[in-house]
Amino acid sequence: MAAIYSLYIINKSGGLIFYKDCGTKGRMDTNDSLRVASLWHSMHAISQQLSPVNGCSGIELLEADTFDLHCFQSLPGTKFFVVCEPGTPHMESLLRYIYELYTDYVLKNPFYEIEMPIRCELFDINLTQAVQSDRVALLGR
Amino acid sequence: MAPVTPRSGDAIFSSIDRVNAELFTLTYGAIVRQLLTDLEEVEEVNNLLDQMGYNIGIRLIDEFLAKSGVSICVDFKETVEMIAKVGFKMFLGVTASVTSWDADGTCCSIILEDNPLAEFVELPDTCQGLYYCNVLSGVIRGALEMVSMKTEVTWTRDVLRGDDAYELQVKLLKQVAEEYLYKDDE
Repeated sequence: MAAIYSLYIINKSGGLIFYKDCGTKGRMDTNDSLRVASLWHSMHAISQQLSPVNGCSGIELLEADTFDLHCFQSLPGTKFFVVCEPGTPHMESLLRYIYELYTDYVLKNPFYEIEMPIRCELFDINLTQAVQSDRVALLGR
Repeated sequence: MAPVTPRSGDAIFSSIDRVNAELFTLTYGAIVRQLLTDLEEVEEVNNLLDQMGYNIGIRLIDEFLAKSGVSICVDFKETVEMIAKVGFKMFLGVTASVTSWDADGTCCSIILEDNPLAEFVELPDTCQGLYYCNVLSGVIRGALEMVSMKTEVTWTRDVLRGDDAYELQVKLLKQVAEEYLYKDDE
């Protein structure tokens, strides 16, 4: 079964507001995850400028020999991306589902300050369930 | 990424958790009452309700987009239609109609026949200047600002003030394209 390595949420200005390791492989320390997040934010912005036609919304999938990176950007500008083993299926649906969890358990939490790092236990719990491989398979249906 | 087909307001409304309408209406009433007591000036209450709505709107937009599957609208007309047909249905359980477009398509009216917020309300003489549902105009303004549209939203008709319907005028002031803070030549 293909595994998910990690999950990131970046705010509109490119700051990492959430990071989670999902398995035993591919773990990163805080500094590295911050670096990956700001790198990705810039690469995403550059990819929009690379587009020869207008209206490009940036990189959605980056494929490499050792990992895949799926990215979903919401219209207001928050980016969600997941790093997983090459060929892991249903990642688009997972990202959309995480976006829903984010609206429910982060944005609706009156004590969450918008654009700030996410420390919401309910979000964490629901997210942990969502990334379990059998749940991810269900999302694909 | 394959585009997700937008869902209808009815479908979303029936699939999300809801609370009792009276609890909602009465809670809102209690908030307005408390604000009147605290601030004393009706005009300040109007402003604060609008500000509260704005703060709700900037968060609500994400839920709207996440659960409706709505993507980029081609123009402002489509945006307002989405708010009236999908947004109001999803969050308030009512549908609104859009009328009175001006020639260049930047200003229109959203008309609500039914307004759950004001179900049991009669404005007393002391609060004649109050826009009781001012939170709604703030919500729309806040939500649209998050998707790069600066708007001005004002009540033009209000049943509580003796009109025959609730009418919100939405005016597009500026469409700010998403920009990064650096310039290409710097």
